[in-house]
Amino acid sequence: MLQSLTLDNSPSLAGFGFRSSPAPQRLPKAMIPIAAPEANAVLSPDFSGLVLAVAQRQDKQAFAQLFGHYAPRVKSYLMRHGADDGQAEEIAQETMLSLWRKAGMFDPSKASAGTWIFTIARNLRIDAIRKSRRPEFDPDDPAFVPDREQAADDSMEAGEMSVRVRGALDSLPEEQAEVVKLSFFEDKPHGEIAKQLDLPLGTVKSRLRLAMRRIRTALGEKEE
Amino acid sequence: MAALHHPQSDTLWAYAAGTLDEASSVLVASHLALCPECRADVARMEAMGGEMLEDAGTVSISSSLDDIMARLDGPVFVKAQSQPIKTPANDTILPRPLRDYVGSSVDTVKWHGLTSGVEYFDLPVRAKGRRARLLKIAPGTRVPSHGHGGEEMTMVLAGGYTDEFGSYARGDVETADVTQVHQPVADAGEPCICLTVTRGALIPSAIFSVINRFFPRLSA
Ligand SMILES: [Zn+2]
Repeated sequence: MLQSLTLDNSPSLAGFGFRSSPAPQRLPKAMIPIAAPEANAVLSPDFSGLVLAVAQRQDKQAFAQLFGHYAPRVKSYLMRHGADDGQAEEIAQETMLSLWRKAGMFDPSKASAGTWIFTIARNLRIDAIRKSRRPEFDPDDPAFVPDREQAADDSMEAGEMSVRVRGALDSLPEEQAEVVKLSFFEDKPHGEIAKQLDLPLGTVKSRLRLAMRRIRTALGEKEE
Repeated sequence: MAALHHPQSDTLWAYAAGTLDEASSVLVASHLALCPECRADVARMEAMGGEMLEDAGTVSISSSLDDIMARLDGPVFVKAQSQPIKTPANDTILPRPLRDYVGSSVDTVKWHGLTSGVEYFDLPVRAKGRRARLLKIAPGTRVPSHGHGGEEMTMVLAGGYTDEFGSYARGDVETADVTQVHQPVADAGEPCICLTVTRGALIPSAIFSVINRFFPRLSA
């Protein structure tokens, strides 16, 4: 008993999705793998819980896990958008440092950790690579039109939501999934994506429209 | 009142992906401030972006984790950014972020005369080949019929207008492509204030129809 207590010296992670798996081993700092192995797919940790651990008690081990998983992905995303290795490294680190500082703003009922990190990386990319501003709405704006009240049984658990989101993406027909992916990974207007695929622009636009309709349905939204 | 006419889906996808030009993004973000429906769509698109990030592949980070962890306790370095201009918050006509670009409330915009009954104000937006312009059209005014060298998006902020394709009120967005010639007429009552984002020059309809007839590929 005493032994298991000393082994498990990371109580901070209890209750954040690790209940069903053995207590995580605490690796010496330098040994935490930076390039996340695909093993993550098997033991997929609760990343939203890790962000909350950072928000609530500045949990550095939680941050290290998030870093190990997301920093190499953010770096890859940035390089697909034309950043060189040095710039991508810098923005990837900046993204993760932003996560550390802004963790208190993370709302797991609105977005998954991955989605939130994607939006941070996207905005830093627009600023650093596109050298332009990112106009965004402000919910405190007096002109802002708030959401209609959501029925209580409409809301989903964060975990269920991310399963459905993945399901929605996987449910897209290949030709729709292709244009959605190119939209996210290529810093090109849809006109150029159409040229690249040798399709009329109208076809690319209608595939994107159909993809959105399917995603709405897959996420359990009522059609208008 | 909810908007009835929304930006096209591909425009919202590009905004969510962060590949839309800044001028069009001002219009989209302004529409999102007024349209819960499109906000929900963009949130779903961003969720797809999150999944794409999981699938983006990995490129190893060259710094050591210790160095990165050390930065967590370091001073917060706030990058000097072009701060948005603080504008009166009691303006309920111009939503943020549009108000920040205009730099004043709707009552104190420095309008310039364009044609009879039409005034304009160009937003300081850095976007190659795109122009974001606020228009104020006197009630009942016919805007000269025109085609477009490129796509045009218009969003109504006050009043309304009607053209060959429909009637548009606050929050509504009309997208006109290169093949469409239209002649908007401002509704009677209050002036129509709208934001237009254009690519390429506006082409008077007489010349436009000639181009369309002899160079249909241009507008295909
Ligand atoms: Zn809308």
